[in-house]
Amino acid sequence: MKHADNTVRKWDEYMIQDAINIIDSQLAHSAETNRSQSEEDTGIYNKSENVIKIPKFSVNDLNLHYGSFHALKDISINVDKNSITALIGPSGCGKSTFLKTLNRMNDLETGVAIDGSVRLDGTDVYKDMNAIALRQRVGMVFQQPNPFPKSVYDNVAYGPRIRGIKKRSELNEIVERCLTEVGIWSEIKDRLFKSALGLSGGQQQRLCIARTLAVAPEVILMDEPTSALDPISTMKIEDLAMKLKEKYTIVIVTHNMQQANRISDKTAFFLLGEIIEYDTTNNIFLNPKNKKTEEYISGRFG
Amino acid sequence: MNNVETIDRSTGRGSSAGPMIRARDIGNFPKEHVWNGFVKGAGIFMIILPIAIGIFLFIKGCGTFTTYGHSITEFLFSADWNPADDSAGGGTVGAAVYIVGSLYTCGLALLIAVPFSLAAAIFMTEIAPVLGNRFLKPAVEIFVGIPSVVYGWIGLTILIPFLKAVFHLNQGFSVLAAGIVLAVMIFPSITTLSADAIRGVSMDCRKGAYGMGATRWQVIYQIVLPAAKPGVLTGIILGLARAFGEALAVAMVIGKTRAFPKSILSATSNLTSAIASDMGGAMEGGEYNTALWTMALLLFLISLLFIFIVHQIGKHGETENAAK
Ligand SMILES: Nc1ncnc2c1ncn2[C@@H]1O[C@H](COP(=O)(O)OP(=O)(O)O)[C@@H](O)[C@H]1O
Ligand SMILES: [Mg+2]
Repeated sequence: MKHADNTVRKWDEYMIQDAINIIDSQLAHSAETNRSQSEEDTGIYNKSENVIKIPKFSVNDLNLHYGSFHALKDISINVDKNSITALIGPSGCGKSTFLKTLNRMNDLETGVAIDGSVRLDGTDVYKDMNAIALRQRVGMVFQQPNPFPKSVYDNVAYGPRIRGIKKRSELNEIVERCLTEVGIWSEIKDRLFKSALGLSGGQQQRLCIARTLAVAPEVILMDEPTSALDPISTMKIEDLAMKLKEKYTIVIVTHNMQQANRISDKTAFFLLGEIIEYDTTNNIFLNPKNKKTEEYISGRFG
Repeated sequence: MNNVETIDRSTGRGSSAGPMIRARDIGNFPKEHVWNGFVKGAGIFMIILPIAIGIFLFIKGCGTFTTYGHSITEFLFSADWNPADDSAGGGTVGAAVYIVGSLYTCGLALLIAVPFSLAAAIFMTEIAPVLGNRFLKPAVEIFVGIPSVVYGWIGLTILIPFLKAVFHLNQGFSVLAAGIVLAVMIFPSITTLSADAIRGVSMDCRKGAYGMGATRWQVIYQIVLPAAKPGVLTGIILGLARAFGEALAVAMVIGKTRAFPKSILSATSNLTSAIASDMGGAMEGGEYNTALWTMALLLFLISLLFIFIVHQIGKHGETENAAK
């Protein structure tokens, strides 16, 4: 069994059937309109609790080489929908590399060889999807805030514009909604048309998140999004992430154990290109099964 | 303190020993003294020389308006060019044909060179960076150093007969020929400076755009080029300045005909080739000679303007960066 988390069953064998079950029951739900709403909700809720949640990402036997360097080794992991999955581990262990396989940012580098499968909602992102379409569904926030050297407005409107939205009123609505969603609308609504480079680091990072939200992604990947920020901005980003998980699936790389503990639902521990342990965050931090995990989270190495 | 000085003297190091050594101590080394004097002298010379040339041009060039009493309007806007070749004066000094010739050929050169330069710069940085760095960059840099007489001669030998044959002209000398030769001359410098500016755009920015599902062309046109704009503009203006100042190569293909060009295919003249071809014959201090100096002054002022614009662009870029 390759899965570190053995409560997760193999996608191919069981999950498709489970997914079909859920979809069927939801269709039945919307058809039976005369029954009371609350009754119906509990019914379905009970039913689906017995079923394993459909994962957003399902990664199987993923191996990645940079030239001759084996950077990811037999990674198999499922990422839950509407949850925060934290990736922890010492530097150079492949966390960023793994994150980049999820939206094919690795395509931009040369000498990268990938095998195994990464599926988004069951579709293989390397075989059956185009990278551009994938990245519109799976957005990314980077370690260094990287707003474009354009106005705040143009930063947020960038994504919608490249998807062909031109109407000013529509763009205005998106800009306001996304900046509100990340909690900086009131702070910066008076300087929408000034350069985004004039904002503080924390504001820039939240602008970058807003810019990602404007594309209406399903998943947001964050690669150490707070490591260049002060504690207060860090807290704001953490609160934001917890709020965003209601609508989006979040995968976050972090070096900060407290951060992983505070905000994530599941945690994967990476070491030298392998996932040593993957479990609920509570289990990882309160009773890790692997000795290496325990040593790492208690700060004995890393 | 004494101790430090002794150690320093024994190792023979001068200023590299850092702030512990005061200027008075450095003065003790004769070599330091000589080099210091030399470098300072060179620096002061660098400042004085262009100012001196400017003043000289100004004094010489103003003669047309002071000694010979012509108006600036006549010089700039009249096409009536017939200065007297003696100090009695009384001729006409309308340089409009030359000015228009310069503007026309340089504008055309830019129109031809800029799209090619930008495309080449994008190709060697974004599309094929390995090929670009290893082969194209050095190749383009070699182009920058080719003397203008070579460009002019090649233009004369290949371009002129070609234009003559293609457009069925009596002679191939034309604005178009001058524009093409100038375009070829300024293409390498615009390309080099644009490519440097494009390389300077941070990778983070590009990744941000790719991460949102932008295609390569979208990243280039919407993110990279706007961010590289100050550098690209600087390249274009320096190219324009070179085109404006170029005499030899243009003189060889423009036809040196003192008339407004009727079309892109007609011969005309420009400021630099007029100066270059007439300066030898005109009597020193005469009206003709003075009018040529006025044209030289005009060229000087135009290049000052270009440099001023480049500096403004540079400052603008700096304030944008400082905002980071
Ligand atoms: N483009 C690349 N080419 C070659 N090696 C790379 C490249 N990117 C990362 N690596 C190597 O892969 C390993 C994992 O890197 P990374 O995923 O960035 O680690 P982490 O994010 O966990 O710190 C490191 O040893 C790093 O040196
Ligand atoms: Mg990393």
